[in-house]
Amino acid sequence: MLIKILGPGCRNCVTLERVTREAVADLGIDAELEKVTDYAAIVGYGVMSTPGLVVDGEVVLYGRVPTAAHVREILASLTG
Amino acid sequence: MTAPTRSEVQPVRRQTAQLIAVLIGVAVAWAGLFALNEVAWDTVLGGWMGLDLSSRVVDAVHFFLYDVSKILLLLVGMIFAIGLLRTTLRPERVRTFLEGKPLWLALGMAAVLGAVTPFCSCSSIPLFIGFVAAGVPLGVTFAFLIASPLVNEVAVVMLADMFGWQITVAYVAAGLGLAVAAGWVFSRMRLERWVEDFVFAAPVSRLGADGHRPTLSERVGAAREETTDIVGRVWRWVILGVALGAGIHGWVPTEFFATYAGPDNPLAVVVATVIGVPLYSSAAGVIPIAEALWAKGMATGTVMTFMMATVALSIPELVLLRRVLKVPLLGLFFGTVAAGIMAVGFLFNAVF
Repeated sequence: MLIKILGPGCRNCVTLERVTREAVADLGIDAELEKVTDYAAIVGYGVMSTPGLVVDGEVVLYGRVPTAAHVREILASLTG
Repeated sequence: MTAPTRSEVQPVRRQTAQLIAVLIGVAVAWAGLFALNEVAWDTVLGGWMGLDLSSRVVDAVHFFLYDVSKILLLLVGMIFAIGLLRTTLRPERVRTFLEGKPLWLALGMAAVLGAVTPFCSCSSIPLFIGFVAAGVPLGVTFAFLIASPLVNEVAVVMLADMFGWQITVAYVAAGLGLAVAAGWVFSRMRLERWVEDFVFAAPVSRLGADGHRPTLSERVGAAREETTDIVGRVWRWVILGVALGAGIHGWVPTEFFATYAGPDNPLAVVVATVIGVPLYSSAAGVIPIAEALWAKGMATGTVMTFMMATVALSIPELVLLRRVLKVPLLGLFFGTVAAGIMAVGFLFNAVF
């Protein structure tokens, strides 16, 4: 599973990265995390309100900072 | 998808009922805290700590504690309530509203949507690229970006609390008017050559709207996230702003600003702009300071100019926008908005 965190590096993006790492660790899944900070690349995903979460090329969440539990739910439903 | 069976529907209904009960409980607790704040500080400072409430320092501390608590309570309550209603309003959707509309309608909608869409300034660059690359006119994009920091729920709640509803309505109208007017001016010019090339080359993609109607529990979840996010961002500004405001209330002589920045001093509007632009603050920080200046006799239009200049234009924003705008357009953008803000000040000084 390839997870991308979209965001220029603002506080919300850092928080999203942290909760995503937590969720990945909790689920014990094999996932690679990558940060996308280039604005044009972020917009290329259709995301205009950062931060955004992309899993295997699919935007699963944007414009909000979810809880670790929410990210866990999303990732679990995608691995299932 | 198969229709839910009876046994699946029941727990959902019970959950909703529980959630409504919790929401009512929270609302009652909120009202209780609000009422408590009206009386608590007299007791805490005067009764428990035995301080003299008539002394200037104690009065300033009282003012500070009361005001910070009241504003934070109001913000939490209002942002949560608004968050419940605007769960599905995001810049990604706003773009589809704006595309292909006649210019006048798109400008008006951009200003209003800029005001009501939850939006953090750290998203202004992706938003700019996303709008412009998809063909939304530059003027319309600017109207959104100007309205967003100027007019929003935080500004409205704090203005209504500190200045009363007439000034609030006037401020909102002036902010939206400014965004539309500046957007219109930009739409008359050919500015595309001053936008960094990569913006037009950026790939455009759309997130499919899934047409899903959010359930109550999803709305509550989103409203909670939004409240934490926005209040988490502005609380420091509220404390700083109210502290400075309390200082001005306590130590600046009454009518001080009436002498130097009264309605008959047009230069004050220019000075307010020059001081306000480099100052960087959200609406939450500047409104308590503006209220204190106003209470000490500064003219309404001058106060309005000071607030707008601080909130709408700032050095960090300049640095941020430089990534997508070339210097001439950046200068034109700042110049036009600053001129508009001064025009608002002169207009209000003439009217009020």
